[in-house]
Amino acid sequence: MSSLSQRRSMALDALGKIGAVSLFLLRVLGQCIPALARPQLVLKQVYNAGARSLVIIMLSGLFVGMVLGLQGYDLLQRFGSESALGVAAALGLIKELGPVLTALLFAGRAGTSLCSEIGLMNATDQLAAMEMMAVDPVRHVVAPRFLGGFIAVPLLAAIFNCIGIYGAQLVGVTMMGIQPGTFWSQMQNSVELRDVNEGVIKSVVFGAACSLLAVYEGYHAEPTADGVGLATTRTVVTSAVLVLLLDYMLTAAFL
Amino acid sequence: MAEPRPSAPPRRTDADPTHAVDDAVVDVRDVYYAIGSHAIFKGLNVRMRRGAITAVMGPSGTGKTTLLRLIMGQIVAQSGLVNVFGEDVARLKRRELYRLRQRVGLLFQNGALLTDLSVFENVAFPVREHAQLPEPVLRELVLMKLQAVGLRGAADLMPAELSGGMARRVALARAIVMDPEVLIYDEPFVGLDPISMGVIVRLIQSLNRLLGITSIVVSHDVREISAIANYSYLLSEGQVVAEGSPAELNAEQKDVVRQFMSGSPDGPVPFHYPAPDYFEQLLERPGA
Amino acid sequence: MAQANRSMEVGTGLFVLLGFAALGFLTTQLPASGLQLKRSSASYSVIAKFDDIGGLKVGAPVTMAGVRVGQVNAIGYDTSVYRASVTLSIDRRYARIPDDSDAAIQTSGLLGANYVAITPGGADTFLHAGSQLQFTQSAIVIESLINKLFANFSSNKDSGDDKKGSSDASK
Repeated sequence: MSSLSQRRSMALDALGKIGAVSLFLLRVLGQCIPALARPQLVLKQVYNAGARSLVIIMLSGLFVGMVLGLQGYDLLQRFGSESALGVAAALGLIKELGPVLTALLFAGRAGTSLCSEIGLMNATDQLAAMEMMAVDPVRHVVAPRFLGGFIAVPLLAAIFNCIGIYGAQLVGVTMMGIQPGTFWSQMQNSVELRDVNEGVIKSVVFGAACSLLAVYEGYHAEPTADGVGLATTRTVVTSAVLVLLLDYMLTAAFL
Repeated sequence: MAEPRPSAPPRRTDADPTHAVDDAVVDVRDVYYAIGSHAIFKGLNVRMRRGAITAVMGPSGTGKTTLLRLIMGQIVAQSGLVNVFGEDVARLKRRELYRLRQRVGLLFQNGALLTDLSVFENVAFPVREHAQLPEPVLRELVLMKLQAVGLRGAADLMPAELSGGMARRVALARAIVMDPEVLIYDEPFVGLDPISMGVIVRLIQSLNRLLGITSIVVSHDVREISAIANYSYLLSEGQVVAEGSPAELNAEQKDVVRQFMSGSPDGPVPFHYPAPDYFEQLLERPGA
Repeated sequence: MAQANRSMEVGTGLFVLLGFAALGFLTTQLPASGLQLKRSSASYSVIAKFDDIGGLKVGAPVTMAGVRVGQVNAIGYDTSVYRASVTLSIDRRYARIPDDSDAAIQTSGLLGANYVAITPGGADTFLHAGSQLQFTQSAIVIESLINKLFANFSSNKDSGDDKKGSSDASK
């Protein structure tokens, strides 16, 4: 196959995939309301996606905040503006690092688990069995998992941000000796509600994107052990790229 | 087990030689089905009579499972008619298809139990989804069905803790919990030890005899199936090559049928996968 | 089985609670003009007009002697007098502000945000809803300060040269 026709078929494949994912999204969204009729299922998925990711999110948030504190202090010190560390850390976390890193961590921890769960259910005929029992597997299996991720990610991002700010404060105030009053008051002066809103919107969009990709890959994976493994890897990779792309688009849209 | 429902036809344990067509619950006529360029069925004709145990046999890969999926409406044939309960399955909309599927129970080859639910919850699943029964009534129903398959004591186990035979029995309990009129068994004997196999055979027979459930068994276990089937179809190369009662099939003289029924390794279905000449391939040496 | 269910429900509840608490903290405590939880809505509005508001923003604090007594509610432009018109919302607790008080736009720190500082006057009548502060001081814009400084420098230099020139000439 010549490289031109190769590239053309690759482009067509990519286009087809975007179309397939979008159609699947519509189908899942259509089943979200019926899925809410069984809140137990959705709750269980919120637990799986959210509560079980708490530890990794909190740990990462702490370390990211501390690194922000260190780097921010070092950078701002060169301009004599160490007192602005609170602002720098808070804005950096709320607007960018919180939503993006939470989404990436979510894709790695919960996205893979969602994908492989659904993939395995497919491979062991459980989804087909549900169809034969006249139960729509999208309503019973896929939609609750999508909702679980969609609800969990913004909450996780908020927790990440708070712990991150605490980490920055730990470094800035306790280790580097910035006045706590300066740290917090500068932050409160400069952070606007608009910034927080932007961060929340971002995390909602990222949450939807990562959850959708995870359930899509799982549902359409080859029903073999190999296929599920590949689908899981694809979930993480595609989620990461999509999150970063959406991040750019949203940031540009907000500014 | 409960008495047979009033609507069930008079029980027949011998094959009906006329094999009346109008009493057919499932009617497959001249079905042509292909995936891409590979034709799986070229003009298939089968009928499953109400209240009978019909066997579908054939070598591996002849599309027995595909036939089941056609009957359940999972796939649609390119041409031909698939009638279930007198309705053309291909024309049914999603809601009607779901309603049809509630009247047909399907037993998957590996049971296909939902792994995150206990045995009890697995059997209760279809009922919870489609009927609003008060908990005590549901509990009784589930326990009764589990009792029918002999696994009432295992109600609290998880699917991962069950053996293959037990999993299949639980799946059977789940398949009958909504009192279907038809039960389809996809390779129910595969991978079972003789005792478990005997259990399943007995269950299939009891369900058919006592509840009047039309049973379709897809299998290649000639000996087991011949003991209970009223009528059998033998598929090969996408067509029916023989049909009749087990006795008739045994007496069949066609080579294809003889090879399958007696299990000879070589015959119309060859032993050797097509390959170039043996000697030449052995003597071939790179660079020679 | 019920035990696992219980712990799952508790875990989820804890997670959702934490998440919303974090969200709540971020939206109310952090921003300067964040969502006010306890809307002490007992406040009254007064107007102050400035020649230049500098970087004053809606929601900026209004202080007296450094203590926050209210906030900037709205910023507009009055075309009849060609000045900026700022609406200040003052907490009702501070009802005895003389109506000849001075409102000045100041900067917190050298490069910080702008806010409005009210210096009390000596009148016997007080501000009430709708009154206007007569005496205002506009924001100090650093750039014009620097311009003035340079202008001063060069004019000093010129007059210095002139003096020298004339003293030379007189010799």
